[in-house]
Amino acid sequence: MKEFMDTNLNKNNMSETNLSAAKVRFDNFSVSFLPDKPGGAIVEALSGINLSVGDKKILSVIGPSRSGKTSLLRSVNRLNDLHPNFVPGGDILIDGAPVYASSNIDITALRRKAGMVFARPVILPLSIYENIAYGPRLAGNNSKPSLDELVESALKDAYVWEEVKDRLQSPAASLSGGQRQRLCIARVLSMRPDIIMLDEPTSALDPVSTAKIEETLIALKSKYCIILVTNNVKQAARVGDKTAFFLMGRLIEHDDTSKIFTTPRDERTENYITGRFG
Amino acid sequence: MKQAVREAFISKILLLTALSSIGALTLITVFIFAEGLPVIFKTGFFDFIFGMKWKPSRGIFSIFPMIAGSFAVMAGAMLVSVPFALCCSIYLAEFAGRTTRAIVKPAIELLAGIPSVVYGFIGVTVLVPFIKNNIGGNGFSVLGCSIVLGIMVLPTITSISYDALRAVPDSYREGALALGATRWQAVKMAVVPAAGSGIIAAVILGMGRAIGETMAVIMIAGNSLIIPLSPLDPVRTLTSNIALEMGYASGMHRQALFATGVILFVIIMALNILATRVIKRAVR
Repeated sequence: MKEFMDTNLNKNNMSETNLSAAKVRFDNFSVSFLPDKPGGAIVEALSGINLSVGDKKILSVIGPSRSGKTSLLRSVNRLNDLHPNFVPGGDILIDGAPVYASSNIDITALRRKAGMVFARPVILPLSIYENIAYGPRLAGNNSKPSLDELVESALKDAYVWEEVKDRLQSPAASLSGGQRQRLCIARVLSMRPDIIMLDEPTSALDPVSTAKIEETLIALKSKYCIILVTNNVKQAARVGDKTAFFLMGRLIEHDDTSKIFTTPRDERTENYITGRFG
Repeated sequence: MKQAVREAFISKILLLTALSSIGALTLITVFIFAEGLPVIFKTGFFDFIFGMKWKPSRGIFSIFPMIAGSFAVMAGAMLVSVPFALCCSIYLAEFAGRTTRAIVKPAIELLAGIPSVVYGFIGVTVLVPFIKNNIGGNGFSVLGCSIVLGIMVLPTITSISYDALRAVPDSYREGALALGATRWQAVKMAVVPAAGSGIIAAVILGMGRAIGETMAVIMIAGNSLIIPLSPLDPVRTLTSNIALEMGYASGMHRQALFATGVILFVIIMALNILATRVIKRAVR
């Protein structure tokens, strides 16, 4: 509760200094991976990233492979911590609160606040209902009526309710790829996050399912801050309010999506979005 | 042209070598069945398997006590080893650091390299007296056997379930962690169920090893021809029956031992086929 108030306080302070638009702010953030063996080379996945993501906005992150897009996402909810050689630099601020600088941060709470959807839908070997209820249950919610309501609203928000409402108890593995991915989005929503991060969520899906996911994202924008990493440049253009172009671990350009796609300032951005490389 | 001939020749040679192992299997199978089946038919299949009396001197051959013995010892061994092996493989695969893993994993695998007679010897000199003095009975028992066999199959179950756990894509772990699960919750809810069939296969293969083990069992089990009703009862398994009597058996008696081998063969084949099935299902 105290933390919550602190965050609110921060928010107010920030708005006074006119930075309130930033839900997530990368502050000179960098990611490197130490070598596996002594004498190996340090891999710099990201360096000196300064980037703000506004609330109720979609940021599309584009760039060729190994440009650091995924590292960027996985740093926000500290999933990179799983990597033994991971070293962060600078910091990420969520609602003004540092993710790395504060030593007593509750990582579990952070991961609930910043939900993540992966490229390959991760289905737990449970029923559809239990897949959604899993997150809230972990958070200590075991009341049936409350879970029922959460599951229903999450599935509705993810636009998959109509397709699964009659078979909530059947195994989630029986769903199609596109339905699974929307189930994963619903699962993230069930934890009432502030931020939704998606790592190439449609890379394994057919065009129809992709269109449904994009529709879902645009509808969700009114409530959440969304960061969408995508390999599909057109998808970035369709969905993002802002677009950030990454190359070799550096942020090359960040602007309104319309500007990036009509009048990019950097030649490399132009080359990438016109499909000349990557 | 010359090269093509040589290539073909080499591939034929390799094919022959590969076939020879199948040949050996076929020969062994045919031989065991040819020697063993007559006795089974003579005694009657049902009587042979479910009869209680094994009296070679009077020509009575029924092996139910030994089947019961084999299964009792195997079940006991599983009770001992499965919890250990599971915890061990989960720890190694999910929690251990690189250094710990580099030390512990080879150490467990080394257990498989110890000759079974050494296990038996340690069992006789340490475990049997311990059971006799502290728990009861004469020490030669299902219990002692289960403990020793449990340790012997530990490497099999541990390393196969370890492989199954490592084969679970990281996306499962990350998926659960990203939902706010702790490391253990992620393992429990996502990783272990995903590796489930691999772990089951590991246990089945462990069963096969336990039921096939001979030397250590002969030394510790006591080898009495009774159906074990308590863990402290002595017991004779199918394998020890063959090994104990083959030295002096002849005629019908010898054939009856082969018949015992037939039953053992069928059990172990069934377990192996089951394990392969389970693994295949996991791959799909």
